[in-house]
Amino acid sequence: MAELKIELNGLKLKNPVLTASGTFGYGREFSDFINLADLGGFIVKGTTLKPREGNPYPRMAETPSGMLNAVGLQNKGVDYFINHIYPEIKDLETNVLVNVSGATIGDYIATAEKINELDKIPGIELNISCPNVKEGGMAFGTRCSSVAEVVKAVRHVYKKHLMVKLSPNVTDIQEIALTAESEGADSVSLINTLMGMAIDIRKRSPILSTTTGGLSGACVKPIALRMVWQVAKVVKIPIIGLGGIMNASDAIEFLLAGASAIQIGTANFIDPTVTIKVINGINEYLDQNGFKSIKDIIGLV
Amino acid sequence: MKKIVDFVVKENKLLTDNMFLLTLQSNELPTILPGQFVNVKIEDSPTTFLRRPISVYDVDETNGLLYLLIKIAGAGTLRLSKLKQGEKLNIILPLGNSFFIPSNGHCLLIGGGVGIAPMFHLAKKMTSLGLNPTLLIGTRSKKEIVQQEILSQYAELYYTTEDGSYGEKGYPTQHSILQQKFDYVYSCGPEVMMKAIANYAYKNDISCEVSLENMMACGIGACLCCVTETQQGHKCVCTEGPVFNIKDLKWQN
Repeated sequence: MAELKIELNGLKLKNPVLTASGTFGYGREFSDFINLADLGGFIVKGTTLKPREGNPYPRMAETPSGMLNAVGLQNKGVDYFINHIYPEIKDLETNVLVNVSGATIGDYIATAEKINELDKIPGIELNISCPNVKEGGMAFGTRCSSVAEVVKAVRHVYKKHLMVKLSPNVTDIQEIALTAESEGADSVSLINTLMGMAIDIRKRSPILSTTTGGLSGACVKPIALRMVWQVAKVVKIPIIGLGGIMNASDAIEFLLAGASAIQIGTANFIDPTVTIKVINGINEYLDQNGFKSIKDIIGLV
Repeated sequence: MKKIVDFVVKENKLLTDNMFLLTLQSNELPTILPGQFVNVKIEDSPTTFLRRPISVYDVDETNGLLYLLIKIAGAGTLRLSKLKQGEKLNIILPLGNSFFIPSNGHCLLIGGGVGIAPMFHLAKKMTSLGLNPTLLIGTRSKKEIVQQEILSQYAELYYTTEDGSYGEKGYPTQHSILQQKFDYVYSCGPEVMMKAIANYAYKNDISCEVSLENMMACGIGACLCCVTETQQGHKCVCTEGPVFNIKDLKWQN
């Protein structure tokens, strides 16, 4: 049994497997299938200052080895989270992080301040990379100046672990990651979804109500892996790798590329127990290859 | 409680050129209520990434049998149509809510095409509870009529066909049986048909439930992809449906 514990700049994980925001609800949706306490942690659905209804249906299109979504940050707002969801999940013996999104810098600050008050939430994931909202989201994550502005502002009010989720829809992921690091991010997670599109040729119209959406699933893995590897070359803060991880082998690739932990997203839809299989698979890999700790394989490539 | 179960294919019978009946067996078959659905993993179909949500047609709890009536609509269901006896099928179940079953009253169940699947499950349950449901089925033509003999054992059966080759010619909403007084109406089928039925129910002030078939990714309320607009905002069809009372939907013009 190899050592799976890993610490991300103060955030202690019992193993490197987290779940990606927007693919795991509030954890409760999966409690019939797995013991949530077995996870390194999970990241709840993107949370905004005010409730959001999200985009109109259809919001999803299946694509080769993946899917497009255009949910658009549907959530009941941070106050609802604090009053109704937090009490139910706060005592789980795992790390529950909140993904925070906003349309303005003020929104991000106000939401982060409220989450900062919650004792049992050890960190937030700052979502500056959602491609499915008209205002905010990815607009903040694709230019260094706005990345700097939002990370700096949230860092000022948020005292616990600040993970910044990066968009792959950029020309140079390294400079974006370096900007987040220099403004005080404790870690970076990447990648969020890639902007994509699908057309119904029978109706001769886009499948998604929003025309474009975010691509996820197995098909994005090579791109995500390349970006994690590139970012690992330049930043000193820990990287949480995600994008198309379907099994333990995929997860190990991200660790070898330089990620200190990983998130599983879309794969949860196909196999709600995939997280546990990945944890076990990483452990077996370490044992079989004579590694004593997960730390021994991070960034070997 | 939701479970992930490996079923074994007992029989796969092609009923028409695009509809088939899968009989699956497992000793872990949970109780499934009429209206609930299952989410089926598709193996060996390169263009199929996600599971396929399928209505439950029938269950035999004593023998651990699950019956799925499926229409070939794309690569995923085409793969399922080719399953052979003895093959395994990984299924998450039971999912979603269920139909309201009254203690008495005159119930009309309307199924369009493969939408008869949950209507049959409901009819069978109603009959076991002493109700005498009426089942009205709409198809394009006589050659799409399936399972008539078994359906007739659990409901008073009526048909419409669009080409008039069987039953009354036209759509289910045009059938003469609708002249009778019903207390409850249930429907599953193409959305345009369900909306027409909802319209009939609104006009006649009849309680009406419909089963929606929105595209889903997870089937367990995690992804929020399958939402429908309701009086209370977006709701997930997979967890807060698939059965909705029409008074909660925004269908009334």
